[in-house]
Amino acid sequence: MSEASAAGTGENLAQLGTLRSQKARSLWSDAFRQFRHHKLAMGGAILLLFFILMVIFGPVLYSGEVRGIDFGVGYENPSLEYPMGTTHEGHDIFARVMWGGRISLAVGVAAMAVAIAIGTTIGAISGYFGGFVDSALMRFTDLFISLPVLPLLLLIIYLFRDTMRNTFGILLGNFILIVVVIGALAWMPVARLVRASFLSLKEKEYVEAAHCIGAKTSSVMLRHIMPNVMSPIIVAATLAVAQAIITESTLSFLGLGFPPDVPTWGRMLNDASDYVAIHPVMVIFPGLAIFLTVLSINFVGDGLRDALDPHRTV
Amino acid sequence: MSRYLVRRLLVAIPTLVAISLVIFTILALAPGDPLSDLALNPAVPPEVQQRLRESMGLEDPVPVRYARWATSLAQGDFGYSFQTRSPVSDLLVQRLPITLAVLGSAYVLAILIAIPVGVISSVKQYSIFDNVATTTAFIGFSLPTFFTGLLFIMLFSVKFGDWGLPTLPSVYRSTVDGEGLAGVWDRLQMMIMPITVLGLFQAAILTRYTRAAMLETIHMDYVRTARAKGLSSRVVVFRHALRNALIPVITIIALGIPTIFTGAVVTEQIFRIPGIGALLITSIQNNDTPVVMAITFIFSILVVVFNLVADILYGVLDPRIKYE
Repeated sequence: MSEASAAGTGENLAQLGTLRSQKARSLWSDAFRQFRHHKLAMGGAILLLFFILMVIFGPVLYSGEVRGIDFGVGYENPSLEYPMGTTHEGHDIFARVMWGGRISLAVGVAAMAVAIAIGTTIGAISGYFGGFVDSALMRFTDLFISLPVLPLLLLIIYLFRDTMRNTFGILLGNFILIVVVIGALAWMPVARLVRASFLSLKEKEYVEAAHCIGAKTSSVMLRHIMPNVMSPIIVAATLAVAQAIITESTLSFLGLGFPPDVPTWGRMLNDASDYVAIHPVMVIFPGLAIFLTVLSINFVGDGLRDALDPHRTV
Repeated sequence: MSRYLVRRLLVAIPTLVAISLVIFTILALAPGDPLSDLALNPAVPPEVQQRLRESMGLEDPVPVRYARWATSLAQGDFGYSFQTRSPVSDLLVQRLPITLAVLGSAYVLAILIAIPVGVISSVKQYSIFDNVATTTAFIGFSLPTFFTGLLFIMLFSVKFGDWGLPTLPSVYRSTVDGEGLAGVWDRLQMMIMPITVLGLFQAAILTRYTRAAMLETIHMDYVRTARAKGLSSRVVVFRHALRNALIPVITIIALGIPTIFTGAVVTEQIFRIPGIGALLITSIQNNDTPVVMAITFIFSILVVVFNLVADILYGVLDPRIKYE
């Protein structure tokens, strides 16, 4: 009797053993499982992936007229030859939307990187060291929060545009200027977020343990605390991309982003604003491109927020 | 309360000084200055240029120039526009009222939409209303104002005409000749679209925050207590839950002021409203530095003022917040 039950337990243990030998679930795979259940976020991710592939490979596969002016084929409505129609000057809108997407997405990602880098550095230093450093850095952050972003962006771009163009060339100079300025005016929420996480995490036992085994300050900050701050940073980064894309489009729409012959989405809408009544496709397609990109990024950010939060299960 | 107000005002002054320093530094670091065009003019010999620069104080060290600029700024003297040769303050006085009218009405519209919708959404969480409202808000703040503005013109000014419906004017005209009520109506019509575009965008952001803040307070113990002692649900929702939820919402409203200025610049551009945002764009295109700097600074002042208003409102909403 007892032998049989012992054998039974042994079998159960063996079964358990086979179960355990399956792949371990890490935080990231857990997060991905959560994310997959978020329908809108998955939809956003798929749409976004489609847009990214389209702007990378689209211009290679589809060759439409982006810059050259040909009034003979102007004002075309969408057809097989021109999937999104043509502009008043005979540019192929589909080709332009794909070119513009390259710039918009590149600006969005690069400006996000700048904002996250500045914000994380300032927030980490502020939260970890506390005291005078913290209050000084937080005053600095508060100052940046009360700066009027758009007028300052316009002012800086207007003042430094020519120098940057002369040093780095027209496209690259403009790109660096816009990315740096958008990033430098968007890091404040990230800094506050990272500071708050550092403030609470630096008191945890595992950080104390790291100190005890003689870890250097830099390694405590980067190896022990930083990985635990990654989830809010990732969410903030996603939303920062969307924000940067809107900011860049606004600048281009106001005519102060890239030079006029570079077809960014905002610039295309600027050109279109005089043709709203006569040729609506000029407004609709670039506008939809901005809208759908930003919407899908926001959905992805929302899904990530839920997926990376251990307190929530979908 | 009044002591707190004085103290907060005193704190606002260093902020404004710091902002003015940032703006001035940017300008000082920038290449070129108002007289650099003269260098290209062969009719003006270098010595004359030098003397001109000295007489205008351009050769002074940066701190001296900053001190001079800041003192005149503090006295309300923004200098003269390069383009129109008139005092910048005159231009601002002409342009500011219409911008503030559009911004103010848009913000009021946004609050009137966002707070009721956010409250109903949170009270009836996961209902059809909540789902529709949340999704609409999500779509709303992913739609940039310059796109919605153009879509509104396309729909209400162009398509409505094609369908034989009354249309809204797409472009602002300052020369409205209608008299009395007809004139007022003409003016109102021109403001409807800019205010709606701006207001709906802001409403989308605010709805999300109102809903989130309400969802947090509505599950609090004191709300349950209020229900348990038999208060009507209207009183519980508005007096107990909403009042506490409004604190984070007020913060977002105050912090949203810079965003709505951005929106103002864009809508003034689309609908050709002769406000301060349109002035900013034309001044940048004309290299009219004094006007650009003055507008940037005015926007900063407004941001600081609204943060102050938010701080004061906290105390009105939550008596636990002490002004010490």
